[in-house]
Amino acid sequence: MTLAPERPVTARPVTARPVGGKLVDQFEFGLDAPICLTWELTYACNLACVHCLSSSGRRDPDELTTDEAKALIDEFERMQIFYVNIGGGEPTVRPDFWELLDYAVEHHVGVKFSTNGFRITPERAAKLAATDYVDVQISLDGATAEVNDHVRGAGTYDAALRAMANLQAAGMKDFKLSVVCTRHNIGQLDDFKAIADTYGAQLRLTRLRPSGRGADVWDELHPLPEQQRELYDWLVANGDRVLTGDSFFHLSAYGDALPGLNLCGAGRVVCLVDPVGDVYACPFAIHDTFKAGNIRSDGGFDTVWKHSELFADLRNPQTGGACVSCSAYDSCRGGCMAAKFFTGLPLDGPDPECVKGNAETAIAGERTRPGSSQDHSHTGTVRNAPVPLTLLTRRPDSPCDESPVTTGRRIGL
Amino acid sequence: MPATLAGSWRLSSSVSLRPEPFGALAYDFATRQLSFLKSPLLVDVVRRLAGAGSVDAALDSAGVPAEQHAAYLDALRSLARTGIITADHPRSSP
Ligand code: SF4
Ligand code: SF4
Repeated sequence: MTLAPERPVTARPVTARPVGGKLVDQFEFGLDAPICLTWELTYACNLACVHCLSSSGRRDPDELTTDEAKALIDEFERMQIFYVNIGGGEPTVRPDFWELLDYAVEHHVGVKFSTNGFRITPERAAKLAATDYVDVQISLDGATAEVNDHVRGAGTYDAALRAMANLQAAGMKDFKLSVVCTRHNIGQLDDFKAIADTYGAQLRLTRLRPSGRGADVWDELHPLPEQQRELYDWLVANGDRVLTGDSFFHLSAYGDALPGLNLCGAGRVVCLVDPVGDVYACPFAIHDTFKAGNIRSDGGFDTVWKHSELFADLRNPQTGGACVSCSAYDSCRGGCMAAKFFTGLPLDGPDPECVKGNAETAIAGERTRPGSSQDHSHTGTVRNAPVPLTLLTRRPDSPCDESPVTTGRRIGL
Repeated sequence: MPATLAGSWRLSSSVSLRPEPFGALAYDFATRQLSFLKSPLLVDVVRRLAGAGSVDAALDSAGVPAEQHAAYLDALRSLARTGIITADHPRSSP
């Protein structure tokens, strides 16, 4: 057991929120409610992806009950959280999943849920297509079965495509095809786009982060430096037609900033509620260091969001540490907090995938990775578990993605 | 899409406003589009549209200084263009 590095709490100067000015400067100080809330309904999953960011597999006996989940939806409604990203685990394995989905819709909380697609039957697809309040995101990490199934498990490619065909046949438009970019699929970006187009889906690309089981496979799976460049060029060329949830702002250091907020939103506009009601700063930061509180024991979600010490601290402007002298600091801002944390890098230094190469020495050197503070991975065999040759699998993702901030319109004076 | 702000207007029925320190978030449940209204006074104007009878009346009742009316009208036109506000009595087509 290694100890997590301390967050540099005292390094953050306490400053007051500016009046007017750029939206990003407002977001830095946090909002009255999150914009990008992920709610993982269960740690149970019918798969065992190697790169699962929440180390899912087995249900936790302490998961929120149906009544508790409904009370949480009520709270979201009161806080005017317009929609939540539901993930897991595989959310559809919760027996009350469809009931909770209906409840959210009745209470004006839109839902986008991430799924591996196994349970999206033609009947379910028809139901999903019938309401504006629900959006679906199908996870696929390879444009061919070969690449995908190595990471996600046997049969998962076919299941994802079948789910998309069902959604399309039911008349559902613009659902999401969600891809985590890895060393093995960067060469398939055009193919992913073609698959999305075939099914009338929107392509969404996100970054592989070393969170959960992803930490164990990150070294072998994260894109190589030249692939990062390829990805950046592809995003610049196709950016208006793909969603990225603001995932790749560390790549903005190559040149023009990618569209989006270019700010780590953790605890400011982004957060995660996990299956047992723990609130974390970001879906990729499931670790005690980033736990703000629990909705059962700390006065409910609203109280945790507004008053936790951790979030108050995150809502101060970051100090850039070693990055401030970098010419790209304005658009890159040192990259992803979670990626630094789980690779054992200092939080105020460069991102492990810094495109200027400023993390190379640190990554190659002696590091202490913090490890995970929860693990619900399957312990026995899983029917279609991936065969991790050199590849990893992940759980169905549930990132702070489809950043509404990215697509949002800013109307000012 | 209407280019003028004649007649009476209101917040679209599929849109919710959430107050924030900088103004408000506006979310359109029909299009799943989020917008940011970057001024508390603009938010106040939008809330006053319904029942004000006209855009100018809403600007006056919110206390928008006359010299700023043009800027606010521009902002309202973008809200109209993106469907966040709607004409109250859309003229029926001939
Ligand atoms: S920790 Fe990383 S993934 Fe989470 S909000 Fe910050 S930049 Fe995004
Ligand atoms: S040094 Fe820091 S700011 Fe500059 S590109 Fe690297 S991570 Fe980004």
